[in-house]
Amino acid sequence: MGPDHSSAGRLPAAFTTPGSSSFVEFLAGHAPSLLPGNRPLPAGEVPLAPHATTIVALVFDGGVVMAGDRRATMGSMIASREIEKVFPADDFSAVGIAGTAGLAVELVRLFQLELEHYEKIEGALLSLDGKANRLATMIRGNLGLAMQGLAVVPLFAGYDLDRGLGRIFSYDVTGGRYEEHEHHSVGSGSVFARGSLKKLWRPGLDAVAAVRVAVEALVDAADDDSATGGPDSSRQIWPVVATVTSTGYRRVGQDELGAVVEAVAEQRRAEHAQGRSGGESR
Amino acid sequence: MSMPFYVSPEQLMKDRADYARKGIARGRSVVVLQYDEGIVFATENPSRALHKISEIYDRIAFAAVGKYNEFENLRVAGVRYADLRGYSYDRQDVNARGLANAYAQTLGTVFTTESKPLEVELVVAEVGPTQEGDQIYRLSYDGSVADEHGYVAMGGQADRLVTQLADAWRAGLALAEAVRIAVRVLGTQPEGEPRQLPASQLEVAVLERSRSRRAFRRLTGPALDAMLAATPSQPVVPSLSAGPAEPAGSDLPPEPGPPTQ
Repeated sequence: MGPDHSSAGRLPAAFTTPGSSSFVEFLAGHAPSLLPGNRPLPAGEVPLAPHATTIVALVFDGGVVMAGDRRATMGSMIASREIEKVFPADDFSAVGIAGTAGLAVELVRLFQLELEHYEKIEGALLSLDGKANRLATMIRGNLGLAMQGLAVVPLFAGYDLDRGLGRIFSYDVTGGRYEEHEHHSVGSGSVFARGSLKKLWRPGLDAVAAVRVAVEALVDAADDDSATGGPDSSRQIWPVVATVTSTGYRRVGQDELGAVVEAVAEQRRAEHAQGRSGGESR
Repeated sequence: MSMPFYVSPEQLMKDRADYARKGIARGRSVVVLQYDEGIVFATENPSRALHKISEIYDRIAFAAVGKYNEFENLRVAGVRYADLRGYSYDRQDVNARGLANAYAQTLGTVFTTESKPLEVELVVAEVGPTQEGDQIYRLSYDGSVADEHGYVAMGGQADRLVTQLADAWRAGLALAEAVRIAVRVLGTQPEGEPRQLPASQLEVAVLERSRSRRAFRRLTGPALDAMLAATPSQPVVPSLSAGPAEPAGSDLPPEPGPPTQ
């Protein structure tokens, strides 16, 4: 094979070099400027950019649920009230993002492509651990930007086809990968969501109950964290909730979610009213 | 210093073409047919791991005959080309025509400049929103491209198979019918009784128009058996509902098999 562009029109040598099943590695060799971590950052302050906030994930019998609120903030301003932060990484996994929205969305796009590329070239799916490690490598490549304040912190969850259960992985900005058990949450509202998950999660949940727990955790986070948006019933904007089971990734439908949100709100209204009347009668 | 013998360009090209044709003729044929809801690819291939038919992108598939290592290399290049294009623009900006051009340039350049031509023939096909929008390109070892309609056969027996396909094919075939035609044609021999090819000896895949994103799907096991078993007189099996349930968007058989490379 000759060097690139020596023969007009022919696919450059990088395309026909055997050995790698990774799209990121291919990009690094052929078009490094397209990789998020490879762009030099100009000196100076990074201007304000939208930040994505809270993601929760929890396992249930036969799978895992991931949910994200719909708010992106820019300082004290709400940048978007309908941003989506939970995506299918492939058929059997989901990735949710917190941190600088622009970089995070680009990272997810690259990650989705990385998994699909491997699947097409190898003719087989990566193991769930393999996918989780791939994501860790990609976050590590973003460390330079993270040090400038442009951090991306994803949450990864999927159905492990070999073991037949749902698993959750969390990350830090340096690319550290940690397997979480039962449930986990990332983003600005994660402290409150985690408290909520601790009280509501129990072993042996089914998918319907798990979706409800995820929504409740987000409602609790929105209650106390200004950067997390609660369900918006006037605009009918609900959190993005997805389940991953042995049959694959499924985003919970708008109507189904509307009913869950309404049930949660109804229960809380009733408890609140009860609490008030109880206080008066004392 | 000794001068090399003079060889006329005509002779040089002819020798290379003969060489490539001989290599291709050794392989088993591939047939590609349009049906009402997509494009079906079929070949005789007992291997479950070394594919001759593969997915390139959402709506694009690739089929090849010839030397495995050479077309495998081109297939990987095609996946990289399509993924890079889809990543830098958008998924809908990846089309079969661009890929066919890139392959044609590569095959043509190798044919004229390198000491050995690539002993491969390729089909690049894209399923469109309607049957009229389907595109099938056939590429030869010398980089020539043909825009085909309806059906294509490649490999050593291509001419004979094309004649047979011309008789059997018509627009608007159902999937099961198209698969049966493909398998029957693959089983015919220059002389003597046609062979009955069992499902275990076949590699069959489809690009399905109705699938939302990734249209490529392999037909294996019971689903393929059912299609082959149905007699032509029988009303056509409701095309794909016979297959095992699959998660939306999945293009692999659901069993977690070993890596296939």
